[in-house]
Formats: sequence, C-alpha cells, structure tokens
Amino acid sequence: MDDAGFILGSWIITVVAVGAYAVWVLRRGRNLAEHATSEDMPWT
Amino acid sequence: MTPRRGTGTPATARLGALVLALLVALALFGLVFSGPDRDQGESVRIMYVHVPSIWVAYIAFIVTAVCSAAYLSKRNRSLSWDRVAGASAEIGVLFVAVSLVTGSLWGRLSWGTYWVWDARLTSTAFLFITYVGYLAVRRLGGTQRQRARRSAVLALLAILEIPLVHFSVRLWRSLHQEATVATGGTDVHMDGLMLFSLFLGLVAFTALYVWLVLHRQRGLTLEDTVADRGLDAAISARRSEAVG
Repeated sequence: MDDAGFILGSWIITVVAVGAYAVWVLRRGRNLAEHATSEDMPWT
Repeated sequence: MTPRRGTGTPATARLGALVLALLVALALFGLVFSGPDRDQGESVRIMYVHVPSIWVAYIAFIVTAVCSAAYLSKRNRSLSWDRVAGASAEIGVLFVAVSLVTGSLWGRLSWGTYWVWDARLTSTAFLFITYVGYLAVRRLGGTQRQRARRSAVLALLAILEIPLVHFSVRLWRSLHQEATVATGGTDVHMDGLMLFSLFLGLVAFTALYVWLVLHRQRGLTLEDTVADRGLDAAISARRSEAVG
C-alpha cells in the first residue's frame, strides 16, 4: 500500500503533537503548583 | 489521602481515561474496521484525524470569543474568563496546525501536491497566523487586566475569520471538497461505518479538548498567581531597600 506512509504519518503526527502538548500542560501545572498554596488551587 | 498537586482532579482523571479509551477506539475504527473509500481509497483514513482537528479548532476559537465577550461585558470582570479564552486559543492553534499538516499529507495523495494557494487552505493558514498573533499579544507586557482587555478585543475580531474559512469552498472556486456531512440537509452520502468512525473522532477530539482546556486554564491561573507573588515580593524588597 503506497499510501501507508502518508496515512500513518498523519496519525502519528497528530498523536505526537497532541501528546507532547498534553504532557507539557501537565508538567507545567505540576511545576507551578510547587510554588502555590492549596488556597491558590481551589480545584484541589 | 495526600492532596493532588498540579492541575488534576479525580474528575479530570476520569475524563482523561475516557479520552484515552475513545482515542483507542478511534484508531481501531479509523485504521482497521472501516473500509477504503470508493474514490479516495485508503487515504480516506486521514479524514478521521483531519476533520476532528479542524472541528476542535473551530470550537476552541468560538469558546475563546465567547469567553472574551463575557469578560468585556461583565460588570465584575473575572480573569477566569480571560484564562479560559487563552487556554482555548492555545489548544485551537495546536489543532489548526495538526489540521494543516494532515490536510497537506492528504492533499499530496488526493491532488498530487502538498500545498496550493486555494481559498480553503490559504484562509486556514491565515486563521492559524491570526491566532499565533493572538497568543503573542497575550504575552505582551502590562497587567493581567490589560492583557485580558486587549486580547479579548482581538479575539472578537479574529472570530470573524471562522465563517470565512468554513464557507470559503462555496464562496470561491476551491480544490478542497465541500462539506460531506454538515451540509444542512439529512442526505449524507457516506458509508455507515465510515460515518460512525468520523463521529467517533469528533466525540473523542471534543472530549480531549475539554480535558486539555480544564488543565490549561488551571495552569494559567497558577501562572498568574505565581507572577503576582513574584511581583509582590519584588515590591516588598524595593520598599525595604528604600526604608533601609
């Protein structure tokens, strides 16, 4: 299947881009929480 | 039980698990269970990530505009509106970028070229650049209120591009196909399993958007809090220097 590289490439690019952003968002939140108190985080 | 640190809650953890399950199901339906298209063959499988990506981008930018309008219209202006707007725009930019790249790969298979200066492609690229500009404006100096006000005004102008992008295939002669499902009618020419896979993609990506925006807007709240605390500390240090 000649198209497989393009098809899988599209899926892989999507997963990697969104996954990397999700990991960055979680790590950024965790790092910032180190400098915050419980009152600063009403969702906890 | 120790309190959670970061932007997560039990609810977002459950939502995250649901998103993962939906994405696995989407991969199975999009890559394995659904068949090739009569005209486009196997390349139609790109549709299951390409269409949900631009769908999420539209939702994200509409949410940005609605929250911006809420911030500007409220007498008691809460910065929470601004943070949701900023988080949503950031996610929208990510998904427009994904949509442009996957669309480019799909275009190479369907049209024989990665890019043409077609109305839909050009207007989508312009939409991407506009919201990158919006994110840049959010990072300009000033107080949080100044940031919120100027970015809210920009968001209300930028949202006018969405109908331009969406209807560009009707307004101008375009290489890009017109809408297959969201035609305004009930007559949808698509195989049942393909249609199900596409809707699964829309649901999965929408849930993913909600999960991301919840985490990111909490992250922006923490960024503002930490910045405020740093500013307060700097002011106190300067005052003690002046007194000393």
